[in-house]
Amino acid sequence: MTRQALRERVAGSFTWRLQPAHGVAIVVAFLVGCGIAQAQAQRNDPAILETIWKWTPLLARGFVFNLAISFLAMSIGTIAGFFLGFAQISLLPPVRRGSFFVTHFFRNAPWLVLLFYCMFLLPFQVTMFGITVPIPDWTKATLGLALPVMANVSEIVRGAVQSIPTTQWEAAASLAFNRRQTLWMIVFPQCVKRMLPPWMNLYAILTMATVLASIVGVAEMMTLTQRALAAENRPGLLLAFYSYVLLWFFVYCYPIARWTVRLEARYAVRQ
Amino acid sequence: MTAMSETRAEPIVVLTDVHQSFGDVEVLKGVSMSVAKGGVACIIGPSGSGKSTLLRCINGLVPIQRGSIRVADFDVHTLRTDHERIALRKEVSMVFQQYNLFPHKTALQNVMMAPIHVLRENEREVRERAIALLRKVGLAAKQDAYPGELSGGQQQRVAIARSLAMRPEVMLFDEVTAALDPETVKEVLNTIRELVRDGMTCIIVTHEMRFAREIADAVHFTDGGMIVESGSPTALFDHPQKERTRAFLSQIL
Amino acid sequence: MQFVWDWFRWLNDATGINLTIFYDAFDRARFASGFWMTVKLSVVCMLLSVVIGIFGAWVQGSRVRIARALVHAYIQAFRNTPPLVQLYFFYFGLGSLLKAAGGGPLVSNVTWAIVSLSFFAGAFNVEIFRSGVEAVPRTTIEAAESLGFSRLQAYLRIVFPLAFRISLPALNNNLVNLVKTTTLAYAIAVPEMLYVSSQIWSDELNVPVMMNVLLVAYLLLVGILVYAMHRWERALRVPGFGQ
Repeated sequence: MTRQALRERVAGSFTWRLQPAHGVAIVVAFLVGCGIAQAQAQRNDPAILETIWKWTPLLARGFVFNLAISFLAMSIGTIAGFFLGFAQISLLPPVRRGSFFVTHFFRNAPWLVLLFYCMFLLPFQVTMFGITVPIPDWTKATLGLALPVMANVSEIVRGAVQSIPTTQWEAAASLAFNRRQTLWMIVFPQCVKRMLPPWMNLYAILTMATVLASIVGVAEMMTLTQRALAAENRPGLLLAFYSYVLLWFFVYCYPIARWTVRLEARYAVRQ
Repeated sequence: MTAMSETRAEPIVVLTDVHQSFGDVEVLKGVSMSVAKGGVACIIGPSGSGKSTLLRCINGLVPIQRGSIRVADFDVHTLRTDHERIALRKEVSMVFQQYNLFPHKTALQNVMMAPIHVLRENEREVRERAIALLRKVGLAAKQDAYPGELSGGQQQRVAIARSLAMRPEVMLFDEVTAALDPETVKEVLNTIRELVRDGMTCIIVTHEMRFAREIADAVHFTDGGMIVESGSPTALFDHPQKERTRAFLSQIL
Repeated sequence: MQFVWDWFRWLNDATGINLTIFYDAFDRARFASGFWMTVKLSVVCMLLSVVIGIFGAWVQGSRVRIARALVHAYIQAFRNTPPLVQLYFFYFGLGSLLKAAGGGPLVSNVTWAIVSLSFFAGAFNVEIFRSGVEAVPRTTIEAAESLGFSRLQAYLRIVFPLAFRISLPALNNNLVNLVKTTTLAYAIAVPEMLYVSSQIWSDELNVPVMMNVLLVAYLLLVGILVYAMHRWERALRVPGFGQ
């Protein structure tokens, strides 16, 4: 391992001059795809980039929808996950065992299967207090995505609490704090920093998972892309459009990944 | 410094035939000792002889399998609920080798936390008392510093102030200078000297032999989970009776 | 075996729990084939992704800057984009390219799925292996070299065994995720377990039952994998090293 490579890895990225190198693969694929498609195109067909540009507003709206789903699913999943996580460290064995089972059940199930589960088995409308509330597809998809988020947050919480050294618990006990006080005032505040990088990582994974909703028929960016491709009906566009979608997600998720790495490094040093 | 036995005769900590095991390993094999109110007991001995475990039994961090421990009005070995143990720990405070300050709170907050949340005292009074305590340990200027910004010796003194804020009857010191540089050891020992001068009952596990000799009323030598020999500092250090004591002291001194 | 299948038929008549995958020969065959396809996808992708990971980690230590940049770009590209879209990119995008170039239906959807998923998991493995190699203290390597080992020998005999043990927990986690990710192949009509189950439930109209069967089947698969990996970790454990 050369010293340069080591330094680069520690810094987390190349120097600013080479920053675009990260997206090189996708941008290259994108342009190459456009080039090839262009070469295949009939002389009367509009240019690839023009076509992409034409469809961009629609795809952008789709992407925003993906993001909305991701925010919602992350919020619901995080709140539920916190409860589940604290249940896993409960002193009552049945609570501990039950939450352990639930956490691992939803962690080990594939996200797509959970999505199908929610799509098919949740009712399409719910009647409460005489009011019938329709549950649209995207809501079911959001709930379906919130389930694995909940399980992963639960594990993040449990891992963070267990990483606090027992000496902190001892010191608190010696000062006559009870368990609730120890958890809330001493252990938990120290956990928050440790939970942030894996939680952000989870968010990035969730955002990328929102495209699964296209398989179950929700009209998010992937579905719209496929409809656009069907409308244009030119095989040459396939590579270009799929690269385009990849690019959108890359531009959103890559900064999150970088930020997560920086946070991790910062919190590790301070300990 | 010798005890004035007439005025401070009543024992405040009494251990009788204490046995403690971790799983199959027996750590304490019948320990008996007593400490008078206002007295200072020093425990010395090789690593692994059970000294730290002994201290942890006294404040109920570790349960014992046989024997009895009496601290002030508490029969520690009979305490079953957390509630009871918490009541005990308001009377017995412990200072650790690794200081164990709460890293997310300033020095002042570390000292103030327990009296406010456990003893439910008034915040303004607690703050005044905390500042006075930090002044007493020589760290008034560092009250808003975080543990990460303090040296080892400073952190340890904050830890002592934190324990003092609970106004305990007894203070336990678990090798509190073992993790410090030689220069900072002195400042911590001075702090402990002051406490003793003020009449605090102290049980000190230490490797600092000169300090033990100077400050203790009684020195106990432990080895293999038992107290091998006890006596006044001059008696134990200058005229050790048992062979093991002699062997240990010849390695150290 | 027929009496077992008949019991399931009775179960359907008595309680309405319609497990055709047991009593109906056709569905039984279908589900079994789906199960094996999932297993096959998982195993092949696991092996390929490990190879990619080792190769990538090795290139990352190279002195050639372009090589390092390419691997870095590959990792970031595959880690920060949705695996489903990667799958589409490979199957529809590159697939159409190959077709246009005259490749015909040479590359099946199963192959594309394997390629896509292996590269996806491989990107994570490169990071995992690289951290493993870096975690081996340099002093250990120096000691090996001063004993006369060549660089290659030191790598094979000392660095790799240690790095592998360090990487194992993260690697196992990644492999478990891979098994779950094989469900994405549904989207390109690969007849793995989810796809086959969806066919069964559209034919037999027993959606809830099949959903539960699916969940249980995946839990079982993942559970067995986790258990096996745990045993392997324990077998390789060196006392005092690592945790």
